[in-house]
Amino acid sequence: MSEGADLKKRRFLTATTSVIGAVGVVGVAVPFIASWQPSTKAKAAGAPVEADISKLGPGELLRVKWRGKPVWILRRTEKNLEDLKTLDPKLADPASDMPQQPDYARNPHRSRKPEIWVAVGICTHLGCSPTFRPEVAPEDLGPAWVGGFYCACHGSRFDLAGRVYSGVPAPTNLVIPPYQFVDDNTILVGDDGGAA
Amino acid sequence: MSTMQNLVNWIDDRFPMTKVWNEHLAQYYAPRNFNFWYFFGSLALLVLVNQILTGVWLAMMYKPSAADAFASIEYIMRDVEWGWLIRYMHSTGASAFFIVIYLHMFRGILYGSHKNPREMVWLFGVVIYVVMMATAFMGYLLPWGQMSFWGAQVIVNLFQAIPLVGEELSVWIRGDYVISDATLNRFFALHFLLPFILAALVFLHIVALHKVGSNNPDGVEIKKNKDENGIPKDGIPFHPYYTVKDIVGVVVFLMFFAGIIFFWPEANGYFIEKPNFEPANPLKTPEHIAPVWYFTPFYAILRAVPSFAGTQVWGVIAMGVSIVAFFLLPWLDKSNAKSHRYKGPLFKYALAIFVVTFAILGYLGVVSATADRTLVAQMLTLIYFGFFFLMPAYTRETSDKTTMTKIYFIVMAIATIATLYYWWLFDGGADGSMLVKLIVTAISAGHFLIFGVKPWLKPEQSKPVPERVTG
Amino acid sequence: MKKLIIALIMMVPGMLHAAGGGNIHLESAGINLDNDAAKQRGAKYFVNYCLNCHSLQYERWQRMQEFGLSLDDIREKLMPASAKPGDLMKIAMKPDDAKAWFGNPAPDLTLETRLRGEDWVYTYLKSFYLDDTRPFGVNNTVFDKVGMPHVLWELQGFNKPVYRFDVARSGHVEQSFESEAEAEAWIKEHGGDAEFKVNRVVDHLQTAVPGQLDEAEYDKVVRDIVTFMAYMAEPVKLERQRLGIWVLLFLAVLFVSAYLLKKEYWKDIH
Repeated sequence: MSEGADLKKRRFLTATTSVIGAVGVVGVAVPFIASWQPSTKAKAAGAPVEADISKLGPGELLRVKWRGKPVWILRRTEKNLEDLKTLDPKLADPASDMPQQPDYARNPHRSRKPEIWVAVGICTHLGCSPTFRPEVAPEDLGPAWVGGFYCACHGSRFDLAGRVYSGVPAPTNLVIPPYQFVDDNTILVGDDGGAA
Repeated sequence: MSTMQNLVNWIDDRFPMTKVWNEHLAQYYAPRNFNFWYFFGSLALLVLVNQILTGVWLAMMYKPSAADAFASIEYIMRDVEWGWLIRYMHSTGASAFFIVIYLHMFRGILYGSHKNPREMVWLFGVVIYVVMMATAFMGYLLPWGQMSFWGAQVIVNLFQAIPLVGEELSVWIRGDYVISDATLNRFFALHFLLPFILAALVFLHIVALHKVGSNNPDGVEIKKNKDENGIPKDGIPFHPYYTVKDIVGVVVFLMFFAGIIFFWPEANGYFIEKPNFEPANPLKTPEHIAPVWYFTPFYAILRAVPSFAGTQVWGVIAMGVSIVAFFLLPWLDKSNAKSHRYKGPLFKYALAIFVVTFAILGYLGVVSATADRTLVAQMLTLIYFGFFFLMPAYTRETSDKTTMTKIYFIVMAIATIATLYYWWLFDGGADGSMLVKLIVTAISAGHFLIFGVKPWLKPEQSKPVPERVTG
Repeated sequence: MKKLIIALIMMVPGMLHAAGGGNIHLESAGINLDNDAAKQRGAKYFVNYCLNCHSLQYERWQRMQEFGLSLDDIREKLMPASAKPGDLMKIAMKPDDAKAWFGNPAPDLTLETRLRGEDWVYTYLKSFYLDDTRPFGVNNTVFDKVGMPHVLWELQGFNKPVYRFDVARSGHVEQSFESEAEAEAWIKEHGGDAEFKVNRVVDHLQTAVPGQLDEAEYDKVVRDIVTFMAYMAEPVKLERQRLGIWVLLFLAVLFVSAYLLKKEYWKDIH
């Protein structure tokens, strides 16, 4: 390097080239990072699923698959809904304060309509799928059981609104997915038209 | 001391960071007279990085099975965000790699970078070239298009021409009786592996280069003229001068690269071949099977050599020798001068003819063979081999002829005479037109006389090489 | 002497341009890939006439939103009832059935314009002609002995071939005639050589049965179909070209800066 070199100019040009070059590097990096986002194929496979509940009788449970997960649709009876009100003292989060559901499911019955209940059938402890136990006072669950879900993996219990009992391994209520009624007999799981 | 200096010292106590920086960049003295031809080494490295980066990324989305491969490419092109760009960067990069490498090799031959003491730089380079060809060949099967399948089928079938073991060798390579799912899967694994071996070879290539120092367009050894500080008078530190210059080279290259990716990714069917837009069909042979453009000169040589004694193996051998010849170059070049600027005049003509020959052979490898084209390909094959094996004759500066020089000369003489005999007396050129036969005969004979016989009688003289570089 | 060598070498490129294979003259499709209306019409034609046999299996129904069709339009007018918008555009026909009915299953067409070219597909759809030697009664000048019926016959009508008779020797056509008799006569006049071959070639096509559309209208339909197909072959093409301009502009700016930087440092050397 010779003396009398214009150091200020060199620093300026080096800085300018470096900055423009860095912009270029970021520009090249973006496609690589973005390519990890879910592809159209993944999003299509995760598209909303329609469920026909016209043949679903009172007390019956329908299972559909959405985004690879089991989703339950339950037509609750009058008695079920009555019983729900009595369970609050036994539950960890009876008022659904934790953000496990959209706003339209943040109510005592945790659903848009009281008698139809939609939830993701995955235990909030470690991910097993609980069993549907609608019967009253079975031998293994005790005389106080008025219907709900029992997870065989580690013994967590949920009521027929998916609310978790206190003192069980699972920390939170079952997740309620986005959903809407296309008509009285059809539910679209996975799409609530943006209404939270 | 500043934090930065502290950090640097901490690292230097445990790792030769500053030492390596100095020895190989800031105080690596490269000749001051590097010209346009000297961009292609750093560009080759850039393209290698591009291939590895885009390649690893594609491997996250590609499915290496016969049932899914083709569809997975369309998945990448349509469903994966920016998948199309990563794909085009990879396909364009493959062809760009060969363009850059051919220019890089040409520079080497032009300025004698293969000559003593840089033989190992050259040898590593030719190994890199061969590994590149293997990588590209296997990569081309992966899209599982018609050309992928049939191109691989033809080339693997070459091995069948080898006497005795050929059939079993082909089956072993394929893992099946035809190119199949088994072949695809293993080619994918190898295609993923080889670039990392390539990177290691590039490292060794640069180690060998830095041991002796870079050559330059005048072929002057700059280490012979050092100043009082031991620094070559014609040397300049690689950093910052060549880093800054290479950056300009990179930007210009990227403009061409981007131009193709965004506006012309198929390159008229040369970078992405049209038959490959159809899934592989073992029951339907395309009208016209040709390897990708960068292999076509060698393919033309393969096709040009006729079968003798019931076997096609001679073409396979010729193709093999045409690549092996590059390894021999340091020992074929007998000239005292490194750079073509100072060698005898015959070398310049020989090199120019070689480039034209290589290009025309490339064209012949693309198009279908006709009788006349085959005659021309046969002539060009002779000239191709003549570039290498007559080189001891046309670069030799003394009357002493080494044994190997004599052997190469005799071999070329036999080859030329055999070819002429084949065309005229053995009726090998029967289907070609008389005009073409006469022209190829004239050129073949003339070529041998000028580059083989004439210098044999009167040795070439190189011009005196200056002490200092001329720029 | 050197000049002679160079002259001889210069003749080589000329020698290489021996005729390869017979090339069919293709009309220019002249599509405008940016034309959304053309793509929408093309989609409608394609679904009506082609999608029963030819799948578009690498692309999804919802892609058609990109040229202005709403999801409802696609669902109601184009998609079969059982499909979802995110599904790939496959067909109901099973490959074995297709083989039994047509000889070979109709190829998927997603990439057809990249495989054969837009002009080829355009000319092909215009080049069916009556040929009672073929199973479906039609042949095609662009794709000889094609196994496809002329699905667009209602629109184009049917064409019939007007033949010419080429007399060829060693693959090179010497003379052409309108009838076989004239060709034979000429051969007799010229030595009656066994080397001469008479080839019957379709010279051009003539309307035999008119269709609903005249030639210009039919051309437009075919052009719309090709526009749609070209778009579906590479939906990202227009976007990549737009992006490319920005990339080149960016590189031009980077070039200026890098070049000035290089020049500044290299002042030291000269």
